[in-house]
Amino acid sequence: MADVPTAASAFPLAGLSRSPLQRALGRFFRNGAAIAGLLILVPVLLAVLTYPLWWRYAPNSIDLRALNSGPTAVHWLGTDGVGRDTLARLLQGGRISLLIASVSVAISLFVGFVVGALAAFGGRAVDSMVMRFVDLAMTLPPVILLLVLASITGTGILPTIFVISLLSWPVLSRMVRARLLELRERDFVVASRAFGAGLGHLLFRHALPNSLDILVVYASLQFANAILLEAGLSFLGMGIVPPEASWGNMLRAARSTVVLELHPMQWMPAGAALVATVLAINFIGDGLRDAFDPRTDLE
Amino acid sequence: MLGFYLKRLAAGLMMLIALSIMVFVLLRLAPGDPVDAYLNPLAPLSQAEMEALRQRLGLDQPWLVQYLAWLRAALGGDLGYSIDRAGVRVLPLLMERTGPTLLLMLTGLAMAIVLGIAAGVVGAVKRNSAIDVGLGVLAFLAISTPAFLNALLGLYVFAVVLRWAPSGGMLTPGAPFSLSDLLTHLILPASLLAIVYSALFMRYMRSSMIEVLNQDYLRTARAKGVDEFTVIVRHALRNAVLPVVTLIGSTIGVAIGGAIFIESVFDWPGMGLLMVKAVETRDYPVIMGATLLVGIGVILVNLLTDLAYGLVDPRIQVN
Repeated sequence: MADVPTAASAFPLAGLSRSPLQRALGRFFRNGAAIAGLLILVPVLLAVLTYPLWWRYAPNSIDLRALNSGPTAVHWLGTDGVGRDTLARLLQGGRISLLIASVSVAISLFVGFVVGALAAFGGRAVDSMVMRFVDLAMTLPPVILLLVLASITGTGILPTIFVISLLSWPVLSRMVRARLLELRERDFVVASRAFGAGLGHLLFRHALPNSLDILVVYASLQFANAILLEAGLSFLGMGIVPPEASWGNMLRAARSTVVLELHPMQWMPAGAALVATVLAINFIGDGLRDAFDPRTDLE
Repeated sequence: MLGFYLKRLAAGLMMLIALSIMVFVLLRLAPGDPVDAYLNPLAPLSQAEMEALRQRLGLDQPWLVQYLAWLRAALGGDLGYSIDRAGVRVLPLLMERTGPTLLLMLTGLAMAIVLGIAAGVVGAVKRNSAIDVGLGVLAFLAISTPAFLNALLGLYVFAVVLRWAPSGGMLTPGAPFSLSDLLTHLILPASLLAIVYSALFMRYMRSSMIEVLNQDYLRTARAKGVDEFTVIVRHALRNAVLPVVTLIGSTIGVAIGGAIFIESVFDWPGMGLLMVKAVETRDYPVIMGATLLVGIGVILVNLLTDLAYGLVDPRIQVN
């Protein structure tokens, strides 16, 4: 042990002496695409959160002197058919989209983790019941399920969050279950159970830290997914409906031939914002997945 | 082998029953009353007339009775009447929409298979070249762009700006049926549907091809003097395409989802458009019938994929 060659400690071992989290972060920040994603997402987040402080129009205030106007010095992205400022609606729409995405991701993280963990730790009967339900939820095309659910809950922010969360957790619970079925048999968990550890202790002291990587990656990719689901629902007229703005319902306006043909500035910015945000989040998600995979350093 | 398929079939049937129960319960949980669809706001019905109507529709029975009655009728091909379009049977309504949807989806799928496999092979053979990287970026873009945005942009560019294709529908209204008319209406929505799908195919094809290209038997083939084209197409492609076959089954949900949006943008008279409208009007029998039909379709496709996979790859030992 004493005569380890000094050359060996130079690069790879220096990397290994840091904690796993530090190494993961190091890998993440060396990933060009992930950084590009951050460079898009952070400004979008900032703009969306702070826009009432620096933009002169509110999303529903009407400027009767400018109906269907193109981009001008006062309305940077123009206005829609009733004189509402497109940029203000774009920013407010981003707020709604990101709000729905974050809340629904938080809910499906919690439900997916708890259900997956219960399936893994709760014995065979619970496991098979939960997994049959997950199978069922994953058979139907998501858009169909989304439509059926939305037809029941109706439109609005809370129903949309509910519908998207309900649709999203099964995938996670399956991943968490697979990880924990393996963890359950590991010595330290067996020992902990032998000492009489309760379900709560197992779930939050052992299961949670050991599925953190799954949760982080799922959260980032599901965030993008939730934005797309919300936009899709609103596009079909089932999610967020006017007068509240959302990227999906701004795009829905383009289903009118007049808006589609004559006023591309009313819907294209929403499409661009949607794609840019989703791309950025996917880049970050891929970066996180690579960063949390310990095999990446060995390549 | 037969036992395996029977088992899969039984599991599929169980799933369908569970599915129909779930959808039925969900729809009965919905606020509002299907009877409302019958009401003419200008000529309100009396309470007694409403009750009579409700009785006639069987809406006063307990849920279990309603469900069993529905299931028994459904097995006999009777999915009830559309509430929104009084007097129209659901099954014929769904059937007349199945053709256009299948036409759209199969055309899109065929285009995607050709495009995706070709692009995947090129990417794998010219690995890390400019073409490969370019295709990768395009695929990433295609996957990150939602189907409805693709549809809107495609409609705007090709139908509005360039005027290459009609902006919607399946046939020119009033004109006599002709194949060329159908094809000019079909080409744009089908290509747009193919975009996402071919990106998925390309990614799988590329990685599967790279794996195959590294194998010994290809080196042997080249050593024997087989020309490069034959090596790629006859030797490598045939093995690399196998995992992609399963992808057709597992991504059918993506394709149906995409088809719903594309149908609704292009007014394509298919199942997706019908379903979107049924959800808007709370037309329960139509929603349930469509969901059931789509469920049957998805389960059948998955079954066929399993079967096809067993046939094209003799190495598969199902048990």
